[in-house]
Amino acid sequence: MASVMSKDARAAAGTPAQGDEDPVLISRVNGGDYGAFERLVRKYEARVYHHCLKFLNSQEDAEDVLQETFLQAYRSLSGFRGEAAFSTWLMKIATNNCLMRIRKRKKVDIVSIDKPIDYDGSHLPREIVDWSKNPSLMSANDEIREVLDYTISLLPEDKRVVLILKDLEGFSNIEIGEMLGMSVAAVKSRLHRARLFMRDALSAYFEGTLKLAKTEPDR
Amino acid sequence: MNCLDILEKIGDYVDKELDPALCGEIERHLEDCDPCVAFVNTLKKTVELFNRAKISENSIPEPVSSKLRGFLKENISNAGERP
Repeated sequence: MASVMSKDARAAAGTPAQGDEDPVLISRVNGGDYGAFERLVRKYEARVYHHCLKFLNSQEDAEDVLQETFLQAYRSLSGFRGEAAFSTWLMKIATNNCLMRIRKRKKVDIVSIDKPIDYDGSHLPREIVDWSKNPSLMSANDEIREVLDYTISLLPEDKRVVLILKDLEGFSNIEIGEMLGMSVAAVKSRLHRARLFMRDALSAYFEGTLKLAKTEPDR
Repeated sequence: MNCLDILEKIGDYVDKELDPALCGEIERHLEDCDPCVAFVNTLKKTVELFNRAKISENSIPEPVSSKLRGFLKENISNAGERP
């Protein structure tokens, strides 16, 4: 997917300029400065967009939820107490909106009961290949990036949600449990399964049995 | 501790949330079990790759960004709405 990185997004990747810190911007927005809200949008739009895209696997849905999220954030901003970072608060709104969108699709029941791990016997398969020191992993190259994007798209939705929140967004198991209405034990279980799935998919890639499907997200 | 025990506890081990005594048991098992070493290494690397991936997602297609700004202006600015 071709993308153009905006100047503001580049700035957002580094240290914020003076006056660009979230609490300052939020205070200005609450004082009626719409331009300050646009600064917040510029800082976080890419993160929210990729979050939604990974959750939903659909560019159209991701764009819709991106818009809903920032509109909802604006309307709720006066109630933001700063107990958590603004980015955490915003990502929770985005996550809830993604979950509502998923529920509307009615493709999966995201609170389904997890099945036991599908490993039989008392030993792991003997032929495990250790690809963790593969030279291609030494730098963050585009192909690895594509592999990650592709393999995460293969994950069943219920597991993808947890993996994104934990390993991409860095939420704690407790926060994820609150967002999804699940116990911490259930979050851990689902995360475990998701990581095993991803490990297996990456193993298949490094063993040459998984080819990347060059597909665009659903539109 | 056998290989299946490792499999069940590996998530907490990778996240460094496992009881130190159990960590010790896992590490003793790993000293003599090459498949488990490969499994743990590749699982850790999987998590590490995703952790690393989150840092680089700082761009958005310009048309998506423009559409967002237009949507917000239409729904907020034009309505003279306050937070």
